[in-house]
Amino acid sequence: MGRTLAEKVWDDHVVRRAEGEPDLLFIDLHLLHEVTSPQAFDGLRQAGRRVRRLDLTIATEDHNTPTLDIDKPIADPVSRAQLETLRKNCAEFGVRLHPLGDVEQGVVHVVGPQLGLTQPGTTVVCGDSHTSTHGAFGALAFGIGTSQVEHVLATQTLPMARPKTMAITIDGELPDGVTAKDLILAIIARIGTGGGQGYILEYRGSAIEKLSMEARMTICNMSIEAGARAGMIAPDQTTFDYLKGRDHAPQGEDWDAAVAYWKTLRTDDDAVFDAEVVIDAAELAPFVTWGTNPGQGAPLSANVPDPASYEDASERNAAEKALEYMGLTAGQPLREINVDTVFVGSCTNGRIEDLRNAAAVLEGRKVADGVRMLVVPGSVRVALQAVDEGLDKVFTAAGAEWRHAGCSMCLGMNPDQLAPGERSASTSNRNFEGRQGKGGRTHLVSPQVAAATAVLGHLASPADLSDARTPAGV
Amino acid sequence: MEAFTTHTGRAVPLRRSNVDTDQIIPAHWLKKVTRDGFEDGLFEAWRKDENFVLNRPERKGATVLVAGPDFGTGSSREHAVWALQNYGFKAVVSSRFADIFRGNSLKNGLLTVVLDQQVIDALWELTEADPAAEITVDLEARQVRAEGITADFELDENARWRLLNGLDDISLTLQNEADIATYEAARPTFKPRTINA
Repeated sequence: MGRTLAEKVWDDHVVRRAEGEPDLLFIDLHLLHEVTSPQAFDGLRQAGRRVRRLDLTIATEDHNTPTLDIDKPIADPVSRAQLETLRKNCAEFGVRLHPLGDVEQGVVHVVGPQLGLTQPGTTVVCGDSHTSTHGAFGALAFGIGTSQVEHVLATQTLPMARPKTMAITIDGELPDGVTAKDLILAIIARIGTGGGQGYILEYRGSAIEKLSMEARMTICNMSIEAGARAGMIAPDQTTFDYLKGRDHAPQGEDWDAAVAYWKTLRTDDDAVFDAEVVIDAAELAPFVTWGTNPGQGAPLSANVPDPASYEDASERNAAEKALEYMGLTAGQPLREINVDTVFVGSCTNGRIEDLRNAAAVLEGRKVADGVRMLVVPGSVRVALQAVDEGLDKVFTAAGAEWRHAGCSMCLGMNPDQLAPGERSASTSNRNFEGRQGKGGRTHLVSPQVAAATAVLGHLASPADLSDARTPAGV
Repeated sequence: MEAFTTHTGRAVPLRRSNVDTDQIIPAHWLKKVTRDGFEDGLFEAWRKDENFVLNRPERKGATVLVAGPDFGTGSSREHAVWALQNYGFKAVVSSRFADIFRGNSLKNGLLTVVLDQQVIDALWELTEADPAAEITVDLEARQVRAEGITADFELDENARWRLLNGLDDISLTLQNEADIATYEAARPTFKPRTINA
């Protein structure tokens, strides 16, 4: 019987397989950041262990880093101490680090792909659940806890029970204005936050094949929001073209050998998935969340749902709690929800295409009075590219704030936070209670919807904007 | 890791689904660089409400959390497990756990037990009606017991063996050093490297 993409990559990394034990998997790339690594380095130190493969390990700073005044000492002493701990650990153990201020610094899941380190058929781990992002390249990539970070540092392997596989097939054409973010939000709403639990998802079908690498990363990034262990997309010419020439992409004969291998990384025609979901791309529309988990979403044209309409008691209860927290009323049109803040950035939507998409909507328009818009590039490289293309000028001319790279308001570990009761439209990945700041209320949206929402002051798509653009030169 | 064989204690019934790790321990607590001292951050936002179940005087000293479905979703932060343990929890029972949280819990000796939602409902009813009711989580017998309730649970044999013996994963893996070295020697040269070794 044939094998799925996930099974092929898995099998190629089994160091040891024994009856009654999880497989021992080799890890090709280990990404580190300041938040989930300090206790792991401590563990190594206490046991007198070293980092086994420094050449497969790389660190950057992202969760805590400020997005203003980065040339000054970090104001929060606890954040500063955590960054200093990472620097000390990387120096002591010899790990390559791109700290704040370095040209390769940025959100760890933006940095790996742009350096060409994320490659098809590799295993990628990081102490961060959004490691699933890297699956866009046909890598098997998953988030791990700090104990596992220590395990990988010490052994370059992980004992893992093999997950099941789920095919998510999206055929057809995405309608105009519908993005990868809308697609993944619709998928999560369909299968639920626990729907992918125990599975590696493979996104496939003609709608996926047409997507750029950056759009594919947006989709795989949010696999974890469906509860999945990982999400993957088979590598193809789009993948190879993205990688060619990047710093750590193979060169010469290695490139040819790599591409020959990468081309084998497709699910065989006779392979069987443990579960399958089929979605028609043509039926999709701009999608936003109304609740406090990423599965609580609906098309922008819909109304806030009535909790009483849920048959399942736990879903009904969750919807009631969500509406109360979000300050929303059943039946209220989603388009009439006003926001205070718009955030464009994160490992979900902080790459150059995301900034281009948001800028294209904002060009010649103004952010509505009373709305604060933050644009936080995913990495320094993304920021430099955006400046090169003049996107920063588009944002600032519209009245948005152009910031330095980092995780920023996606999780509010730095000063970029919502105030209690404040409402955001955010291109990030989690609308959990308090995620963007204590008492903050989050609506997850695409970059295009974020930009249109900033202009109108309420949840909106670019299609709602037809006459709000200031003519050029005015 | 501390070994887990069997535990009996009073319970905290948490009637909520989709309790994500941001609720268990908010992000600003993640700036700490130790594995302890997270108890005050546990469910921090909800604990501001004096009626939140964890704040009730009759729940003081409870060690078994009876949670709703999809407990531990979201962020991979192991701090969520440490916070539960620092507070004093020894076991969490739910009808469904998020994968990463579950893995983290078992690596730290916090036993996470999957039971049918009907059993969870029964445990909620029992412990809400009688805060002094005790729940026994018996890993040796793979069984949860409380007054009028007996439910078997599954846990893969390897994870169970490691928990029962409090074994350290890294030491176990390093016993396979030869296998790792053999695998490394056969890796293709086109695989990425972060630095020149």
